[in-house]
This record gives sequence, structure tokens and C-alpha cells, in this order.
Amino acid sequence: MNWLAIWAIYRHEMVRAFRTVLQSLVSPVITTSLYFVVFGGAIGSRIEQVEGVSYASFIVPGLIMLTVLTQSVTNAAFGIFFPKFIGSIYELLSAPVSFLEIVIGFVSAAATKSFLIGIVIFITAHAFVDIEVAHPILMVVILIVTCLVFSLFGFIVGIWARNFEQLQLVPLLIITPLVFLGGSFYSISMLPPVWQTVTLFNPVVYLVSTYRWTFFGYADVNLALSASMIVLFVALCLGVIWWMFRTGYRLRT
Amino acid sequence: MNEHDPILTVDRLNKTYDSGHTALSDVSLTIERGEILALLGPNGAGKTTLISTICGLVRPTSGRVSVGGYDIVDDYRKARSLIGLVPQEITLEPFEKVWDTVRFSRGLFGKRANDAHIERLLKALTLWDKRDAAVMELSGGMKRRVLIAKALAHEPRVLFLDEPTAGVDVELRKEMWAVVAQLRADGVTIILTTHYIEEAEAIADRVGIISGGKILLVEEKGALMKRLGQRQVRIHLAEPVERVPDVLSNHGLERAEDGRSLIYTTLEGGPPLAGLFADLAGAGIVVADVDTRRRSLEDIFVELVHNGNGDAA
Ligand SMILES: Nc1ncnc2c1ncn2[C@@H]1O[C@H](COP(=O)(O)OP(=O)(O)OP(=O)(O)O)[C@@H](O)[C@H]1O
Ligand SMILES: [Mg+2]
Repeated sequence: MNWLAIWAIYRHEMVRAFRTVLQSLVSPVITTSLYFVVFGGAIGSRIEQVEGVSYASFIVPGLIMLTVLTQSVTNAAFGIFFPKFIGSIYELLSAPVSFLEIVIGFVSAAATKSFLIGIVIFITAHAFVDIEVAHPILMVVILIVTCLVFSLFGFIVGIWARNFEQLQLVPLLIITPLVFLGGSFYSISMLPPVWQTVTLFNPVVYLVSTYRWTFFGYADVNLALSASMIVLFVALCLGVIWWMFRTGYRLRT
Repeated sequence: MNEHDPILTVDRLNKTYDSGHTALSDVSLTIERGEILALLGPNGAGKTTLISTICGLVRPTSGRVSVGGYDIVDDYRKARSLIGLVPQEITLEPFEKVWDTVRFSRGLFGKRANDAHIERLLKALTLWDKRDAAVMELSGGMKRRVLIAKALAHEPRVLFLDEPTAGVDVELRKEMWAVVAQLRADGVTIILTTHYIEEAEAIADRVGIISGGKILLVEEKGALMKRLGQRQVRIHLAEPVERVPDVLSNHGLERAEDGRSLIYTTLEGGPPLAGLFADLAGAGIVVADVDTRRRSLEDIFVELVHNGNGDAA
């Protein structure tokens, strides 16, 4: 392993992220506050409680997931798309680094950034509601895993994308709907039975459900099932990455 | 690896792009340690493809390349850590600072940070004053020098310069040549591509000519000039002649400018001109003036590319 190279990529990506640190961190704070005003304040005043938790608190894990998922995918996708777009990728491809090292460098940097955003949202949420976390260590672990997995997914998107339209297509057309329909703002049990079944094909449901469990000790979906679905998704991403590595997909001509 | 072994060997390299275009066909090339090879060729000849394949950006269709004895596929880490690449296009992140981007390059090649080395580089390339500037604040020539600094950040033994002086003014070009000369003195092997024949003549030890994906010729510059270098002697006459007098037939003279001058073609190091002038005087021809022109590399180049094969030599 060329650790110095991984560190160089990681650091380079973090410097790039910190050039726009204000936008990166201020915008999730504002968005989260807006969600609390709209969902927690306006809607929450009518729903009051979901599974014994106040609605405003109930949406916190989902809200963190919503932002962290979207941020991971867009950050990681842009991180690798940008050098491809301006051509500076030549350096990565001619350096004595393996594809795996490139992946680790970019994905861990994107994941770090979205993890920080997740933490900022968590802190912001405290300003609006009282939150007690039932399983704090697992809460952090799952957050980290989510950041890594969706950054990996974003990395794949960034390599696949040939232009800016394609780059925005996946987050817009796939990630956002999946996250909104993934039970961020409601419990699956609140849906009609048909939609409950449809929902089970949405990988985000398992993630949000598990994450909510670390907060409130209550899950929409069976934990073991969730865990296996998450593992399946990770395996899928790793498989795609491995295939990209074998074929030099859209990197080497 | 013996130090007399070539630093770079390219063995029957072929590249056909997905589009079906064959950019390299059966290219073989050997480069010795410490030499400067200039690759000359028209647009689309395959120069960038050749360099990109050696550096790992393009996957070869077939053939092998080794750098410093290491295969570029099987031993890519060792092979690539010996190589520095300055690409043809300016491809830099606009918001990044000069210092940061050069330091990044060093790290990427797995070398420990060495601020003193980077400082020396930036000073040598007259970029030191710009070290804290963002890339987009630099002029085109400065950006090109940043690319060179990046390529040298990890102290490579082989440097590829893909048209280093394209779009660079005369003064800067001379500076660039000086940088290349210094690198050579440090023992770095340099392969550069160029459209400027004067550039190849000025700095290369050997010249390779590539066209249509084939290497037409690789030869030591001096020998090439000698073997192919013809001289033309233009003899301006006081009085025009109708035809070349028979007594001069064995000199192979050509009439030019309606008989107002004669052209004599000889090889570098050919027979002395005294005999010719004696014969001219004998034929009663009065010579007004003489000028000689050495056939340039450019003439050779155009001829080779035109004929499309190395036999033109
Ligand atoms: N990615 C690619 N896909 C398909 N064809 C390509 C690709 N890159 C280059 N080519 C083709 O391969 C040929 C050689 O291109 P190359 O860039 O190696 O030429 P070059 O000698 O560097 O030219 P120039 O002097 O203009 O830089 C050209 O015909 C070009 O169109
Ligand atoms: Mg080129």
C-alpha cells in the first residue's frame, strides 16, 4: 500500500473541501432549521407522537440520513469527476498508485466531509428538540458506515458520468426520491400495506430504520434483515468498483 | 539492472483505440540513460499516444514497455515512480495554489514531503514568487512551468515533455531549454515531442520521426544531419546561360532562375568545390556570387513524412 499517496489524495481533497467550508457547513444548518420549522413545527403540531417519540425528535435521524446520503454521493461524485473533467486525472493515472488506493483516498475524504455535516446537523437539532440517543456508539458507527458506503456509490457515479448532466442525474433522480420515500419523515407503519411492500425494495428504508433504532430503540424493519440488506448493497458497490478496476472503465482509453 | 542497460524499451507496441483508429503500429524504441530524444511528427502522428501508453494513461493493445527494467504493467509501481510526465494540455485545478499542487504531486508518487526540494524547483522554474498564487492567476507560460514542477516533484529519472514549448515565447523557450540542459546534466533521461525542428536540433541527442503511428527513423542527430544533410550551392552568374555546358555535365548542375544561376548539390563532407570552379572558369562562365544552404532537418522531415517510410534515407 502506498500510504503516502493515499494521504496526499485525502489531504488534497480535504483542502479542496475546506476552500468552500462555509457553504458546506452553513447550508446544512440552515436546511435543517427549515425542516424543523416546517416538519417539526407546522406538521409536528398535528402529529404529535410517533411510536412514543415526539414527531420533531422522530425526524432527527431521518434528517441526518437524508443530508448525509445526498452529500456523500454528490461530494464523492464531484471529487473524482472534477479531475476527469479538467484533465488533471492524468496525474492519478500515471502515478504509482493502485485503483484501490485512489478509491480509498477519494472516498474517505468525501466521507469525512459528510460525517462532519452529519455531526453539525445533530448539534443543530439539539437547539430545537431534546434528543436522547439509546445506542450512541452504534449511532456513530452507522453514520460513519453510511458516509463511506454512499461516498463509494458517489465515486462510482463520478467515474460513470461523462458530463455535468449525468453527474446530477443520479443524486436528483435516484438518491433524493429514495431518501424521501425511505421513511425519513414518517414510520413505514403509517403507509397503506401495498406501499409498505413497495418500500421494502428501497435500500434507504433499512438504513433509516436501523439508524432510528440507535436513537430510540425502535425500528420499522427487522434489524437482521436491515443489516443483511446493507451488507448486500455494500457488496454490490464493491463489486462494481472491482469491475471498474479490472476494465479501467472510463478512466483509461 | 545494469547501468548500461537502456532506461526505456518499447517493444512492438500497438494501440488501436475503441473508435477503431490505430494510433500506434509496431512501435519499437530503445532509449539510453541520460540522453535527450526528440520525437518529431505531424499532428495526429501518435506522439501523445506513445507517451501516454508508456506513462499508464492508455492501455496498449499489444506489445511491452519497460522503464528502468520494470515492466509498465506487471511492475507498474516501480516503473511509474521513475517517470515524470508533462502533458501536452494544461490540466491544472484552477483554484489550487502552486505550492499545494506541486507538493501533492510528490506525495502522490509516494515520496515523503521535502519542502527544500520543492523550493529549489520553484526557484529554478522562476515560480517562487507565485508559490502562494492560485493556478488561475498565472499566465499560460507559468502554468506550463507549474506542470513541469509537478512532474519533477518526485525526482523522476525519466521525464516526458509533450510539446513543452508550444505557445511559449522565444525567451521562455530558451529558458526551458536551459532547464532541460540542467536536468540532463543531473542524469535525467528526457523524451520530448515537438513540432519545432529547431528545438530538436538545439537540444536533442537523438531524433525520432513518427508519422501515421509508425516510427520512421530514430537516429543520432549529428549522424542524421551528416547522412541526410545535403548542401546546395547556388552559383549566381554574371550572364545567364541557355543550357548547362557539356564540360560541366559530370557535376550534375541544375539550371535555375532562367539560367541566371546554377545549383550544385553535394553531401556534407563531399568533394572540394575547387574542381567545379576550375571547370566553370574553363567553360568561360563568370561567377557573380555564391551562396550555400545546408539542408535542414526540416527538409528531411518533410521528405520522410511525405514518403511515409524510412527508406527515404
Ligand atoms: N482517446 C482517443 N480515442 C480515439 N482516437 C484517439 C484518441 N486519442 C487520440 N486518438 C487518435 O489517435 C491519433 C494519434 O493521436 P495523438 O494525440 O497521439 O497524436 P499526436 O502525435 O500527439 O498529435 P499532436 O501533434 O497534434 O499532439 C489521432 O488520429 C487521434 O485522432
Ligand atoms: Mg500530441
